Formats: sequence, structure tokens, C-alpha cells
Amino acid sequence: MQDFRYIDNIVTLQLDGKSCIGCGNCVTVCPHRIFGLTERKAEITDRDACMECGACAKNCPVGAISVNPGVGCAAEIMAQWVNKLAGRKIIDGCC
Amino acid sequence: MTSNYKLSFDSLRFQLADIDAWLLVADTRGVNVWCAAGKGTFSTEEIIYSVQQSRLQQLVNHRTLILPQLGATGVAAYKLTKGCGFKAKFGPIRSNDLPRFLRNKQRTDETMRSVTFNLRERAVLIPVEIYLLMKPMAIATLAVLLLSGIGPSIFSATAAWSRGAYFIGASLIGVGCGAFLVPLILPWLPGRQFWIKGLLPGLAGSLICWGLFVSTGEVTPLEGLSLLLWITAFSSYLAMNFTGSTPFTSPSGVEHEMRRGMVFQATAVAVSLLLWLASPFIG
Repeated sequence: MQDFRYIDNIVTLQLDGKSCIGCGNCVTVCPHRIFGLTERKAEITDRDACMECGACAKNCPVGAISVNPGVGCAAEIMAQWVNKLAGRKIIDGCC
Repeated sequence: MTSNYKLSFDSLRFQLADIDAWLLVADTRGVNVWCAAGKGTFSTEEIIYSVQQSRLQQLVNHRTLILPQLGATGVAAYKLTKGCGFKAKFGPIRSNDLPRFLRNKQRTDETMRSVTFNLRERAVLIPVEIYLLMKPMAIATLAVLLLSGIGPSIFSATAAWSRGAYFIGASLIGVGCGAFLVPLILPWLPGRQFWIKGLLPGLAGSLICWGLFVSTGEVTPLEGLSLLLWITAFSSYLAMNFTGSTPFTSPSGVEHEMRRGMVFQATAVAVSLLLWLASPFIG
């Protein structure tokens, strides 16, 4: 995946090192391998490769990870904008 | 554990042909694991429900579930033991790694855990993009034919056909750029934002269009400029739409680039249509 880099300094991913218990679940589930484990603490090694899928936050037993999860899909975001403007669901997004 | 998306299920069965194992299929209404996990149908609750519904406890002696890694977006594995008595572990992303994973004492390596987006994976998405485009393209074609007929004689059906055909030709070039070329040469296109990645193929397509229609004197340079703007904006838009098919774009990033890309695309299309409408009057 190193062939593909998306926009830098934009993702909402945050890791609270203090509450981390070092279980390594985030390291396991991340499809872009952006977490590492050193001295029983998780750390983000490549934050800009995050696609905000939310797998790490979902599988963190102590809630040390926060991210605003969603799909990085223009059609989906367009649908959200239209539906928000209309105040009700007019169009479906993708997948 | 898998979803009931037919293609996933079939490839899973195919990969496990020589392996003695149970498959538990969650009802995700025909949606694949990753999308279903994102939309909440492949969820912790759904897995617990499927285990209980199928009475898995009575079928097997062991108490381990192997989940597809991409399901992690919707499933909190650590909650499953308490919820259904089965300890869950995440297996590889791709089903074709499963035999190796099972032989390897159910251990994964980094390649099994990383998503990829190689040429083949990008190429198979092209028909989907084209299929989704057909309906909006049909509507737009009608609108273009109507607009192309407007001229000094108020409305001319002949002009609608003859001029409209060039615009439709340009649109097809735009599709070739944005929906064929962009996915294929994605890693080598300049720019991080997809609307920018669509510009260069769009300009290349515009040059082809110029060579076909303007150099031969079939349309005026003013109309040629209109088609150039249209192809470039359309290619940029289609490239931006391709974000949804890639496995590496974040929603924050897509929203960020849409706020910029759509301003360019809307402006270019507006100017393009204005030129197209004005050119029969200017001559």
C-alpha cells in the first residue's frame, strides 16, 4: 500500500497513550498496519495512512482510541450533504 | 465466519475445498464483510445472534471463531466470549490466505493483514463504475441534445443531432479518461487529491477531442474550448467518485477534497455550457 498516499494531516484518529493497556488489538485489526507496540504501549507509526475505518477504536477494550469512522466515498458524502440539507433521507449513498 | 455476499461466500468455499471446517454465515443482506461491518449489519450483536441461532455450541467441540479481519470495523472481538461463549480471533483479510493461515497454526503474517490495491483489483472495478454511470449519462445526453438545438432559429432539430453528437462524443472521451484511465494508472497520477488526479487524463482526452473535432474543422475553436472544459471537469469528477472504490481514502480527506474539487468542476461545467450555448450565435 506504500504506492498509495492520501492527504496528509487530515484524519481524526487519536490515541490516548495513558489509558492504553497494550493488548495489541489495534495492531491486529488495522488494514493499513499503522500501529506498533513498544514497551506494552500502542503507538501510531504512520498516522497519514489511516483511512478512518474505525476497526481499532471498535476493538479497543479501554476506549483509548478515538476516530470519526466512516467510508471515504464521494457518493456517500454527497448523499449525506443532500440529506442533511433536505432534513430527510432523499438519496442513498454507495454500497 | 463470513457474510452472505455471494462472491465472498463462493470464493471462501472454493479456498476451503480440501479443508474440513464449519462455515458460519451472518445475514448481511447480500453485502460484503467490509461494507456490512461499516454499515452495522456485520456486527458484534449479529455474530452473537448467528452463533446462538445456529446452535454452534452443540455442533462443535472447540470454542474459537475465526473472523475475517475486515469485519473488525463492525465487530468488537473481545465482547464475543461473554456474548456467545466463543473466543474470537481475526484471521487474514483475503480468503485465499486462509489455507496458509490454518496450516500455520492459525497465525497471520503482515501480508495477510494488509489491504492491497493492485492493477487487477483496480481493473475489476471499472465495469462497476461504468454500470453506475449509465443512468445519469442517459439523462444528461437528453439534456445535451436539447441544449445543442438552441440557436438563432430558436430550435433546430438538425443542430440538436449534429452538435449534440460532438458533445456526446466528448462525454464518452471523458468516461474513458475518468472511469477507465484513472483507475488503471492511479499510482502514477500526480496529486494526492483524486479530483486533481483526474485533471491530467482529462486534459489528455481533451487534446484527442481537439484533434478529432476542431483540427478537422467539424466544430469551431469556441466549441472546442467548451468540450475541453467539459471533458476535464467530467474526468475530475469521475476520479473523485472513484474514492469510494479505493481501500485507502479517509472520509475526512474525501470531504476536504470535495469542497475544493466541486468548486472547480461546477465552474468549469458552467463555463463550458455557456460557451456551448453561445457559440451558434457568435458563429
